[in-house]
Order: sequence, then C-alpha cells, then structure tokens
Amino acid sequence: MLEKWLHKKKKHYPSFYLEYLDLFKKKKRGRIQSTRFVAFDTETTGFNFDKDRVLSIGAVSFIGKSIHVNNSLELYIKQDIFNPETVKIHGLIKHGALNKVNELEAIKIFLSYIKNDVLIAHHANFDRTMMNKMMQRNGLGKLKNKFIDTGVLFKKSKHIIYQENLKHHSLDDLCKELNVPKVDRHTATGDALITAMVFLKTISRLDKRKNLKWNYLLSS
Amino acid sequence: MKNSIAERVRDFLKNHPPFNLLKQKKLLEIAEEVVIIYLEKGDSLFKANDTFNEHFYMVRDGAIGLFHQNKRVDEIVTISDVGDIFGVRPLIAQENYKLTAKANEESIVYAIPIVAFQEAVENNSAVYKYLITAFATNAYDSYTSKENKEIFVDYLPSNSQDITNFQTANYTKSPIVCHISSKLKDAAIQMSSHKIGCIIVVDDTKKPVGIITNSDIKNKIATGLFPIETNVKNIMSSPVITNKKGLTVADGQLQMIKHNIGHLCITKDGTVNSKLVGVLSHHDILVTLGNNPSVILKEIKRAKRTKKLRTARLKANTLLKSYLEQNIPLSHIITIISQINDAVTVRAIELSLKKMLTPPPVAFSWLALGSQGRKEQLLFTDQDNALIFEDVPESSYEETQAYFLELARLITKALNKIGFEYCEADMMASNPEWCKSITEWKAQFENWITNPDEKAILLSSIFFDYSRIYGNEKLVDELTNTIYKNLENSSLFFNFLGLDAIKNPTPLGFFKQFLVEQNGDKKDLFNIKSRALMPLIDAARLLVLSKQLKGINNTSERYERLAEIDPKNKELYESCSYAFKALSKFKTKQGFQNNNSGKFIELESLTKEEKLKLKRCFKPIQDIQETLKVRFDLKNFM
Repeated sequence: MLEKWLHKKKKHYPSFYLEYLDLFKKKKRGRIQSTRFVAFDTETTGFNFDKDRVLSIGAVSFIGKSIHVNNSLELYIKQDIFNPETVKIHGLIKHGALNKVNELEAIKIFLSYIKNDVLIAHHANFDRTMMNKMMQRNGLGKLKNKFIDTGVLFKKSKHIIYQENLKHHSLDDLCKELNVPKVDRHTATGDALITAMVFLKTISRLDKRKNLKWNYLLSS
Repeated sequence: MKNSIAERVRDFLKNHPPFNLLKQKKLLEIAEEVVIIYLEKGDSLFKANDTFNEHFYMVRDGAIGLFHQNKRVDEIVTISDVGDIFGVRPLIAQENYKLTAKANEESIVYAIPIVAFQEAVENNSAVYKYLITAFATNAYDSYTSKENKEIFVDYLPSNSQDITNFQTANYTKSPIVCHISSKLKDAAIQMSSHKIGCIIVVDDTKKPVGIITNSDIKNKIATGLFPIETNVKNIMSSPVITNKKGLTVADGQLQMIKHNIGHLCITKDGTVNSKLVGVLSHHDILVTLGNNPSVILKEIKRAKRTKKLRTARLKANTLLKSYLEQNIPLSHIITIISQINDAVTVRAIELSLKKMLTPPPVAFSWLALGSQGRKEQLLFTDQDNALIFEDVPESSYEETQAYFLELARLITKALNKIGFEYCEADMMASNPEWCKSITEWKAQFENWITNPDEKAILLSSIFFDYSRIYGNEKLVDELTNTIYKNLENSSLFFNFLGLDAIKNPTPLGFFKQFLVEQNGDKKDLFNIKSRALMPLIDAARLLVLSKQLKGINNTSERYERLAEIDPKNKELYESCSYAFKALSKFKTKQGFQNNNSGKFIELESLTKEEKLKLKRCFKPIQDIQETLKVRFDLKNFM
C-alpha cells in the first residue's frame, strides 16, 4: 500500500529528477583516491531559508588531486526576490548582464553535474537547505547525495588536545590556517574552488596519520 | 558559459613568461583547459624515464624540486618556484622525461595542455625562444642564475663531486671594496661590520689593485710594523690574481693552489685592467664542495635569506650521510648536526626579527622542544618550539603576546621553508597556547605536574625536553628552577610519566619475533620510533627528572650521567645509552635509504645480521622498563 503510494507520487516528477534518483540505486564506493567529488557553493539573497533565494551556484569537481578548469559549473539564476543588503558581498545585481536561467533549469543542470557523487561544502547545512528549498518550490524532492562539511572535517583533522577548544571556523579562517590563496572570495565558483582546496589539504593531513576510510570521512 | 576560474587562471598566467607574450583572448582559451593539481610534499608529477605527459607545468604555489636519479639517490637539480615552468621536455622533444618532479613543499601546480598551448602559440617565435632557454637551463644545472632572468634561482648541492668540480664557481658578486686612498682603520671597520675576512682595494675606475686579508692586518699592524692609521696601500698585497667570470670550481681551486692565495678577483675581461665584478674565495669553493661543518656554519651565519639557509641545511644532510658511511661515532655526528640545526634556527630568528617593524618590547627566549630540544635531531623532522617572554603589566599583555605571535609566525614559516615541517599537533610558538609570559609558563608547568592527566602526559613528553636556542637565559633558568621545585613532592606525576614510559610494549613478541603494525597503511612495518626509541627516551626523561638532574637533555648523555650517580645500575644505563645510539643510527640510515623519516622499517629489507643487531638493542629496553616498574611502584597503577 505504502509502496504503491510512494510509486504514485514519484510519477509526478519530471524525467530528469527520476533519472537523478535512479543513480542512487547502485551503491558502490571505490577508493577515495579514484572517486569524483563535487565541491559547491551558493550565493543567496540572505540567510532565511524560506524568504531568501539562490542567486548563483558554483561547483568544481575532482578525482584524486586534479581539478579540471573546463569542468566547472557556474550558474546564475533569475529571481524576483532581491535584497540590496547582500549585493555588497556577492556583487550580483538584479538585472546584471550575466546570462541567467530560471530555477528549474538551474536545478536540472546542477543535478546532471553532481550525479550521485559526494558533495563538499563549507557549513554544508546552509547550502544543502537552500538547494532543497529551491527544489521543493519546483515540485521536486530533496538532494540525495552524501555531504562532507569542510568545517567539520577540519576540526577532525586537528590534534585531539585542541579539539575541545576549537571555535567555529569560517572559510576565511581555514584559508589562513591551510594557506589557501583567497581568489574570488564570495563568488560561488571562487568559493567552490577554495572549498575544494581546503578539502584536499585537510584530507592530506588526515591521510598522513591514518589510512583514510569512507566511514571516517562521511561521519560527522 | 562564464568560467570565473579560467579567468583567474588567466590572470595568474599573464604575469609570467612565456604567457605574458600572448594575447588575452588566446590566454583565456589556454586557461580553460588547465588542470589545477594539488601536491603534498613528496608527491611526484612525473618520474625520470616516464613517457611524456600531455601537459607541461607552472608552479602556482609552493615549490617543485627537479631531481636527477643517480643510482638509488635523488640529486636535486633545481627548484621551481611560483611562476616557474617545468616539464617542458615534451614540448621540445618527444621523448621520455630525464628528471623527476617532486613537490618540495605543499604545492599547487597548473598543468597546461600542450596541444591547446601549441594551437594558441602558433608560431610565436618569442615564446619558443623562451621555452628553449628554459629547457636548456633546466637540462643541465646552471649556476649563473641571474643571467637567466631568475628562471631557476636555486642551487642545491649534488652528491657527486665530479659534477661539482666542473660547475661554474659561485663567486661573491658586488664584493666589499675600499678606495686606495683610505686608511687601514676604516677598511678594518668595514671588514668587521660585514663579517668578512678580506677587502679589495680599488682605484678610481674600480679596477682591483690590491687585497687586504685578516692575516695582513695580523702580520703588519698587530706586530707594530705600521700604525693603525696607515694608508691601505702600505698593507695590501699587490697585484691581485684575476680571472674572468664563468670559471669552474676546479679551475678556481687550481689557480689558488698555484699562486698560494685564498682569493681570486673576478673582473670584467679577466685582467687587472678592467672593472672588478666579484671575488671568489677559498671559502666559496669549499661551500660549493660543501662537506665541511665549519664552512656550513659560516654560511649559515652569513645567510641573508631563508633560501640560503635551506641550501646550507641541505648540505648538512649530505655531510650527515657521508659521516654515516664513514662510521663516525654517532655522538659526534649528533653534536655537529644539532649545532647546525641550532645555528639555522638562530639565523632564522635573526632574519625574522629584522622583518619586524619594531624591536621586541621585552626580553624573550626561544625554546626548541622534543627531539631538537634533546639535541637528537638528525634528519629533518617536525618543528616543535615555544616562546617565553618577560612579564608585562596586565594592560599590555595582549599587545605583547600579539607581537611575539607575529614574530613566531615569521620564524616558523622560515623554518618550514628550510625544511622543518610544521608540527602536526601545532606545538609551535605561533600558537597562542605556547607563546606566553614566564609567569604563565610557570603556572602551566605547575598545573601539568600537580594535576597530571592524560593530556598533560602527552604534552610533557615534548615540553619537558626543552632547550634554549635564542634569547634571554635568565627566563629559562627561572622556569627550570620552578619546575624542579614543583617536582620535589609530586610522586603522582612520576607515576603517570612512568606508566607512559612503559605503555609501549617491548618490541619483541613472545616468540622473539618483531612486533609489527597491525593495521593502517603501515601494516606489517616495524615502527622503530615508538617501539624502540621512545621507551628509551621516556625512561631517561623520567629518571633525570626524578633525580633532579638539570641541564642534560640528550638521551644518551642522560643515561651516561645516570650511570655515574647510580653505580649500582651502571651496566644497565650504559647499555641503554649504547642501544639508543645504535637505534638512532639505524633509523637515520633507513631514512636516507628510503628518503623519509626512517620511522617505519620494512623487516624484509633487512639482512639477518641487521635483524640480530636490532634485537640485541631491545634487551636494555625490557630491562629499563622493569626497573621503572619497581622504582615507581607502577604495578599498583596498571
């Protein structure tokens, strides 16, 4: 009965979302070193999950330690909601000259880019919720991907004697600690690249101490 | 679609040759195809004899070393810094790589696809000319880096002297000179302020006419032959022997032997009738040959840049290796290497102090901790250090600490550049926890001693082996006295330390087989540091602390001192001292063989004799652990 109901509901989804869901049926994880990861970031009109909107999505993907520049994602989204307050952070104005797509189109491109790969974001919960809200607004389900939060991961990489008095780490703090060049901070793609670098540098520190395993990486 | 990353890659490329010769639009096309690669220290991009890649590379961040493989040893050919290109062989000749490229430190590299590059460049001859120059410079070691527009700025010593002998000698450019009309006293003041042993006397047209060395001053002034105000003309040796630039080390050495002199003047056309451009001293030659500790120490003291310190410290490694091969006693080797390490640190501190805008607000001391503190550091290891500053009024505490934190940040950065990796556990003076006033430090140690817990013991193994490297002695003495006073009635602390010292079981199992790692990527390897060296180090520390022996940090010396004051156990202590030295030597040799810290040993790679030797060293470990159990009544705590 329940199954039937679920099945029925699923049918209303557009085909691209169903294809996305299908990807999660086969569960197989290979070696960390040969797995594709996607680091992404969103720029939004604010921090309210219900009122605010995503203005742009940036993502880079990598396998091992190489990031291909021509395989990055940079989306700008048409929104009616506009908040002049945050313009000074991300620099995206309402009628800019950038080529913009609507929300559904953006989701479609984003999902086909991320596939079922592990997603990496800094303070991932914010970006995940923003994306989920946007997907729900467009009649879709949530993101199914596994997430790694670079803030949490960094904390794990610190020596045990400091973990207790670690404060909340901003992306800027991590850049300073890990010596990541800050280029294009506060553009979605720039932050995605920085997040990828932070991730790579952090796991190289973790890997030195122990043979890195999936369940350690994905636990929070 | 807009690609901001490609734009930023382009912005970086356009500032560096040969890309500065290309048009923006073409450059963006190339930038879009770039692969950004992150490399940990030691990761290699390609190895000698590998077939060529589809990319060549530019360093975005960090430094990539290019190595020439000679038998089993990697000789460094050059180091590519930020903005340098390397791996260009496939662009010029379609053949296998001749060199190995390995990250010298954590690095980010841009891999530039050759096909896209060639399409964009088409037949831009300026670009090709640059590439060929870069390729040629890289193919064999160049010493005259300045002329090559600083494409390859570093020189590092090679192990084989044959190559060195035919290298161009690295002379001192723009040497210190005095005019022929000057007084000897002024010339001597100049020499002492520049810390040099000789000065060239020049005429109005900058041609060299004579030279004054320390021995001239000793023989002609100190003996009263001439007054100190005399003219330099009366003292100098003249004429000088001159040469063109570009002479090889071997030639330079021959000239010096032939004329029985210590300095050659390098002039524009090689004769005394042209302008002086440099001086090649015997010291310069020795530096290039590079295996003499006093030369290395001198070089360190004179170093004006961190890069020079790195070169000097790498030379010390060559030295260390030859000492090990020659079977020179380890205690002697340790003394020399720790002296060099200390000198490098001192110089790094001096250079960092110069970078600060103001002098230190109060007196301070720089402490080395852990293995450097015990003066046992042979190979490059992590840096562990701390900083103590004099007490200041509470109102200015924060400001003072901020000053020293910034200083420590510069110092640790310099040390990292030299080759001492940052401490993984952040036990460095750049961490506010380990950079504080003397009163705070006293309180910290008192807390560790009176309230021992797991964390305190974990830290004590590093912090109780401190030694002053730079700065105020009084602060350190004060701290030491307070610590020993606190130790007088703190049996609980000793119990904790004792438990820690015996927590690593003996290296041999029940059937006398080696105990190897059970899991992780070091599975089946023998950890010589934690299983054999640490128990000896921990036991020695505990014993000297409990016997209130101050000022001996070195583990083998600690055991020797213990043998003196406790003759009952003389034999045990002496065997511990011996075992420690033998094991350290073993670890260092392994480290050289495998180009790592030598911590993990693959047992299969050892000969039977080596295994026996190792096992012999384990007996004292077992004995000393038993002794600790009895002495500190540890059975009740276990």
